[in-house]
Parts: sequence; C-alpha cells; structure tokens
Amino acid sequence: MAVHKVVIIGSGPAGYTAGIYTARASLEPVLVASSIEPGGELTKTTEVENFPGFPKGIMGPDLMEEMREQAERFGTTVVYDDVVALDLDGDVKRVTLGDGTVLEAQSVIFATGSAYRRLGLADEERLSGHGVSWCATCDGFFFRQQVIAVVGGGDSAMEEATFLTKFADKVYLIHRSSTFRASSIMLERAQRDPKIEFVTDAEVVAINGGDSVESLTLRDTRTGAERSLPVTGLFVAIGADPRTHLVHGKLDLTPAGTIHVDGRSSRTSVPGVFAAGDVVDPTYRQAVTAAASGTVAAIDVEHYLAALAG
Amino acid sequence: MSSAPAVTDATFDAEVLGATDTVLVDFWAEWCGPCRAVSPILDQIAQEHAGRIRIVKLNVDENPATTMRYGITGIPAMKVFRGGQEVKEIVGARPKQVLEAELAEFL
Repeated sequence: MAVHKVVIIGSGPAGYTAGIYTARASLEPVLVASSIEPGGELTKTTEVENFPGFPKGIMGPDLMEEMREQAERFGTTVVYDDVVALDLDGDVKRVTLGDGTVLEAQSVIFATGSAYRRLGLADEERLSGHGVSWCATCDGFFFRQQVIAVVGGGDSAMEEATFLTKFADKVYLIHRSSTFRASSIMLERAQRDPKIEFVTDAEVVAINGGDSVESLTLRDTRTGAERSLPVTGLFVAIGADPRTHLVHGKLDLTPAGTIHVDGRSSRTSVPGVFAAGDVVDPTYRQAVTAAASGTVAAIDVEHYLAALAG
Repeated sequence: MSSAPAVTDATFDAEVLGATDTVLVDFWAEWCGPCRAVSPILDQIAQEHAGRIRIVKLNVDENPATTMRYGITGIPAMKVFRGGQEVKEIVGARPKQVLEAELAEFL
C-alpha cells in the first residue's frame, strides 16, 4: 500500500485550502470530506457576504463547491467517507475510514471544524425533527405562517432569525443576556425586521410538547421568574464546539477545548500532525480565517516533509 | 440520482401502509443538502439488503398532505413502516455504518 505524503481530514475552508496548497506543492493530497456533510458548516448557510473577492456575495454551498473544484483542479483526491479511527504515533500515520479502508500517510492535517452545541434539555432530542432544529436553511420551509423561536446571540442566531422570517409569521430571538456577540450589521438587520421580536435576559429551560413542540419555558436571568412562550419551532444557534473526539488522548488540547498548536504555526503536540481551521480557533472562526489557517498547515507540511527527506 | 421509487400523497396508503413488507420512507426535498448526501447511502442499503427492506422516497414539496400527517419538520426524515404501523424514525443524515446500526433490526 502506498504511503501518501499528506491526508487532510475535513472539507471546510481550512481543509479545501490546505488541499489547494498541498496539491500545488505536488504533495498529491488525499482529502477525507465526510460522507454526509462534505463542505462543512458553510453548506448550511445562505449568503456569505464577507468572503473577499465576492463583492455581490456568494451562497455558502456554492462557495464550498468552488473550493472543492479548485482543490481537485490541482490534483487533490477527495474521498467521501468518514474517519472512524486515527493512529498518529510513529512516522507513518494511519487513518481508518468508515468503509474499512486504511490510508497511510507521512503527515496529517486535521481540519474537522466544530459541531453545533445543544441546549442539553430533557426533550431536545425527542423533539428534534418535530420542531427542534439546528439548521434554518434545511428546515425553515416547514414553519410557514407559524410562530417560532431562535435561541442564541451570535451571527448565526441573527442569520437564522432573519432567514426564517421568509417562512414564519413571527420569530422570537431569545438570548440569555442583553448584549450580543453578533456583528453590528447582522444584529441591526435582525432588530429592524418587523417579524423578529427580541426576548433578552431569558434562558430556555424546557421545551414542551407531545408529538411536536408546543411551547418553551423561559427563565428571566435577572429575576429567576419563569414563563411559557407558545411556539411550534425552536432553532438552536448557541455556538459550536471544536470537533476533537477523534484525537482525545492523542493530541494536546487547550483549556478552550481546541487543538493546541505551536504559536502561529499549525504544529500539534505530535510530529507530522497539523491542525487548522475552527478546530484550533476559539476566537475568530470565520471562513476566511479558516482558509488562511489551511494555508499555514499546508506550508508547515511542506517544510516538515522537506526536513524528513533531508 | 436516487434509484429509490417515489411515493406520493395519492399512493402512500397503498404502497406503504397497505404493504406487507418492511418499507423505509425517505422524506426529502431538492433544496435539502443533507438529503442529497444520505440518498446514495440509502440506495446502497436498499441494494445490499434487498428482500429485507424496501426503500421509497417522498418529496415533501410535492406531497404536503403526507408530510403534514406525519408532522415532519426536519429532513431527511426516515420512517420505517411495517403492517401499516410506523415502527422507527430517524431524523437527519447519518454515515452508512451508523444508519445500518440504527436499522439493524430490519436488515
């Protein structure tokens, strides 16, 4: 079995950009894109307005298609499967895929991004698909002329609320404080929308309903008072956690839960293993910073392999 | 494109509820990215377990009555029917191995 020079795990902006750069460096990268969510988080968004070079904006799924095409153009092999096991010790790393294939590689770029955070409420899982959703662009269609809620205070919560007004009659934006992480352009757009009503200093403490969501129980974060809010849908946009389960106990993590890298590089605690994108970034988490981080990893891999070859 | 046959509001009762075999209905739509991802996985499962489970698709845009009847608010939604009864529901795309494990009792 041939030992690859580099295997890239992840198909968001970091993964594909690492693909573009390592392919152009003739490293013949193999990129494991996942079986069910190739393209990553951006495939679930609508208009991306802040990626340089697209003055009129570009749809998230289209941007990811373009990145994939650009990576493939220079010789990246994209594999639509999932990594189920990793052996990172030694000079040859082993990446096991869902279908049992084992990829051997001299280096690995880990760019698995992040996964949606859950509220952690009792009925969240049971009512998932019956009113509870993590993806407005996927499920908004089902809430035409209904009264629904979005929980969260960042850009993704603002985007979801604004997007959902296309379908819903009314959207409550529930946030546990009265200050927002969201950028001012996204926040102001949501605040101006006549269909969106902000409910601040409120925490969702229960999701109620038999076969589907009927109401939420909200707790006032200042007074502790509880009240019921009748809605038929709840979209959860309370952030994301770095997706590191494959490397627990194998790579050092930071207190924030991201993969620890050396300074401004992509070098992890294991030689030959590099990390890029949201999985190393607790702070910025933008498409363009992830792409830049993929570039850093690609160049680090080039130097690593050059040093190995002596 | 998927090889699974389509069912509609008009044919659902006869082809799914009235069927004597085990039928998985994949509720999907064109605009749903995760549906496109799971579709070839379901095709593989249908092929590899032919005779055990029959997989059909229902387009939620074109068949609102059945979509409403089952209270679908998120897709892909995969429901397994046996003898006219819903016996299993899976919401959201899964990798093949995970889907097979969740459907193990029917395969």
